[in-house]
Amino acid sequence: MKILSLNFLTCAVKACKTSPNSYPLHPKDAELVQDELGLKPEMIISVLPRIDWEALKSTCSELGFPALPEAAPTKEELENDEKILKDLHHLLLETSISEGKLVCGNCGHEYAIKEGIANFLLPGHLV
Amino acid sequence: MDLPTPNTSHVPYERVYEPAEDSFLLLDTFSLDTERAFLRERFSENVPLVVEIGTGSGVVLGFVNAHAQTLFGTRRILTAGVDMNAYACRATVETARRAERDNPSTHGLYLGSSMGDLTTSIRDHEIDVLIFNPPYVPTSEMPLQPDEFKPEPAPSQQPSFDDDSYLLSLSYAGGKDGMETTDRLIDSLSAILSPQGCAYILFCAQNRPEQVKQRIRGFGPAWRAETVGSSGKTAGREKLQVVRIWRESDSA
Ligand SMILES: C[S@@+](CC[C@H](N)C(=O)[O-])C[C@H]1O[C@@H](n2cnc3c(N)ncnc32)[C@H](O)[C@@H]1O
Repeated sequence: MKILSLNFLTCAVKACKTSPNSYPLHPKDAELVQDELGLKPEMIISVLPRIDWEALKSTCSELGFPALPEAAPTKEELENDEKILKDLHHLLLETSISEGKLVCGNCGHEYAIKEGIANFLLPGHLV
Repeated sequence: MDLPTPNTSHVPYERVYEPAEDSFLLLDTFSLDTERAFLRERFSENVPLVVEIGTGSGVVLGFVNAHAQTLFGTRRILTAGVDMNAYACRATVETARRAERDNPSTHGLYLGSSMGDLTTSIRDHEIDVLIFNPPYVPTSEMPLQPDEFKPEPAPSQQPSFDDDSYLLSLSYAGGKDGMETTDRLIDSLSAILSPQGCAYILFCAQNRPEQVKQRIRGFGPAWRAETVGSSGKTAGREKLQVVRIWRESDSA
């Protein structure tokens, strides 16, 4: 699963939905894999407004990547700054989690990731 | 519009739904000029997140992702899949990857697949295009998980006969009116769709799609539910149909 997925995922436990701590989920013991993809600046530029920057920053630092800028870069900044464009391309599009866990910051539930597939099915008592 | 169907020759059909008339009706519906025009217009400004629930083999999600340029008029779409069946998720990853490779100049960005129940693992108000070919066959009961069932089997593990029949029953058994699972999804639509979000859901005649559409229109004055694709007419009734659900933001 691509790192960008974490921007859209949350804890499957109903009671956690309203807690700000349930998002983003925290990667734990994550093994990362890289796909070499051609740089597509338009993709990064147009996907950026759709991203929750605060959540991305925390995911990024929890995975041990260099810190992202405090505020999301603007379209102009991206067009003129090849480095940040490349960093985001690498982080968002080329990097996937293959093994590990995603942990909810509210209830502590751990969702396993195996072969790049996270399992959000809950055991009976949590449904 | 006749676009190539993704290759699914790697999919284990003993435990993953094999593409059938319903799957192909979805492909045909997305290929219609009317749907392509609708999607293009609706998502001309922002990058849509397309989520398929119950991907099975991945034939539908793999198709939509691979043909992003042709269907959405842009390659800038994000796609993701969910299924309760681990084998379906693995199959979808492979189907999407192959279809991207086979359509190098038109595909979107497939983010991955996860196991889950409907959209419970996805943040509210994020989904722009929701696709669901549900378990729609009326059955007296919903599938019961076998005692020894392993939701995340290792690739080397050979599932038992009981596990395989459970996984296959998940793909078709819909309980009362074939609507038990679909009804849960419909009830969550207003929370899960983005403001410009829409959903494509497949129904069979026993699901009473006319009543379902009325119920959705009752959500509020902006809500729309229309049949946009159908197949297999018997005695004037469509056997299968795809209903598009959306909110008309400009009508207010
Ligand atoms: C009729 S099959 C459709 C498969 C594929 N999309 C196609 O069109 O060929 C229904 C799929 O939904 C999955 N499914 C059933 N209930 C589900 C649920 N509650 N949440 C997620 N997936 C579910 C099944 O495992 C199965 O893969």
